[in-house]
Amino acid sequence: MIAIVDYGVGNLFSLESSFKAIGQQVVVTGDERVIESADKIVLPGVGAFGDASKKLFDSGLADVVIAQAKNGKPLLGICLGMQLLLDKSFEYGEHKGLGLIKGEIRPIAEVIPENLKIPHIGWNALNFKGEKNQLFKYVNQGECVYFVHSYYGANCEESVIATAEYGAVLTASVANDNVFGCQFHPEKSGRVGLNILRAFCEIGENL
Amino acid sequence: MITKRIIPCLDVKNGRVVKGVNFKGLADVNSPVELAKYYSDNGADELVFYDITASAEGRTLFTDILKEVASTIFIPLTVGGGINTLDDFDRVLKCGADKVSVNSGAIKNPDLIYQAAKRYGDQCVVLSADVKRVDGVFRVFAKGGRENTGMDALEWIKRGVDNGAGEIVLNSIDTDGVKKGFDIEMLDAVCNIVSVPVIASGGAGKIEDFIKLFKTLPKVDAGLAASIFHFGEVQINQLKERLAEENIPVRL
Repeated sequence: MIAIVDYGVGNLFSLESSFKAIGQQVVVTGDERVIESADKIVLPGVGAFGDASKKLFDSGLADVVIAQAKNGKPLLGICLGMQLLLDKSFEYGEHKGLGLIKGEIRPIAEVIPENLKIPHIGWNALNFKGEKNQLFKYVNQGECVYFVHSYYGANCEESVIATAEYGAVLTASVANDNVFGCQFHPEKSGRVGLNILRAFCEIGENL
Repeated sequence: MITKRIIPCLDVKNGRVVKGVNFKGLADVNSPVELAKYYSDNGADELVFYDITASAEGRTLFTDILKEVASTIFIPLTVGGGINTLDDFDRVLKCGADKVSVNSGAIKNPDLIYQAAKRYGDQCVVLSADVKRVDGVFRVFAKGGRENTGMDALEWIKRGVDNGAGEIVLNSIDTDGVKKGFDIEMLDAVCNIVSVPVIASGGAGKIEDFIKLFKTLPKVDAGLAASIFHFGEVQINQLKERLAEENIPVRL
């Protein structure tokens, strides 16, 4: 069973539907016992980092997610959920992340040319970095996924498994053992996105 | 590099897609779910659903259908039509819409854009403008293009972006339905005053019209059309292959 962590930010309808569409049992939950009993955890998120981080820590769910991830349970952060996996963010101040992936979140405005629009929004190609990660088992180099973001993962080179080019090389996806993150939205990336979710669901399963 | 988007628009009335469509292999050509799936499987980068229902019953039906579409198709969905309040935003976003397009609702209440952008983020708010030349000036029209508001279109669009609209859909009434190509002059004028994505609408009749659009105006992010896709005059996957041959970045 997949647990999508509900900590009061964003709308999880599409994400929940996308797991159902690939035949997974999924629950949207803020109950720590349910998260602890799940096979895998998905950390979603839209909006501002500071607000989300506060909600996650205040609710106690941050500690649950950290403990489960450190125990080896597969965890996938999506969009702001990916950003929250890193140590900290500089979006409107400085805010603490979960510290599961080394690095920090910085404005893309610092690295892209001025004439490019912000947010980085739309379909962009994935460029794999290093050996293809198991998360991309069913995806080919250069296939497009859907992005919407104004901040990006910086100083996290050792965990980057895919990038996207937008006037600069931006972090598209990160992994550190059983912890995975996608800056883009797999649940809005058509067939390619569903294939990424499918691969995540298969991690650690005996096929 | 971000790819150029091709977006089919579906007008929905009382739960059915209006404008007859004609596709092989589609059992129910007026089913929004069937049609959305067809487009999604055939290269559409995003879908726009426009609710042209006037009744409350129709609106409820629209929301149910949106939910069904959003649980079947996993590409970005934009919803427009009948969006007048923040509650309307809430209603469609909860059903799986990613972006909400405002038109007449913003003309009646310009504060709507600001309020919605503050609550849901700029990327969620799309300003759709119906624009027509009147005595050589671009004017905003309301009520589906029937009523001249007298407002200067460029000022209106600029103000919308300043208030938080994250994307502009520019419908040229002058080229709409003529099928002789997009309104390059009008689009150029808008692209020069805003820094958010601009979606061209109105006038596409053939593949070459899209090539000309993206070649002449590299700042335009997307092309939107309805009937040429619905009637199969232009197949989206073929269109995108042609764009790729012309070195225009697209998602294949």
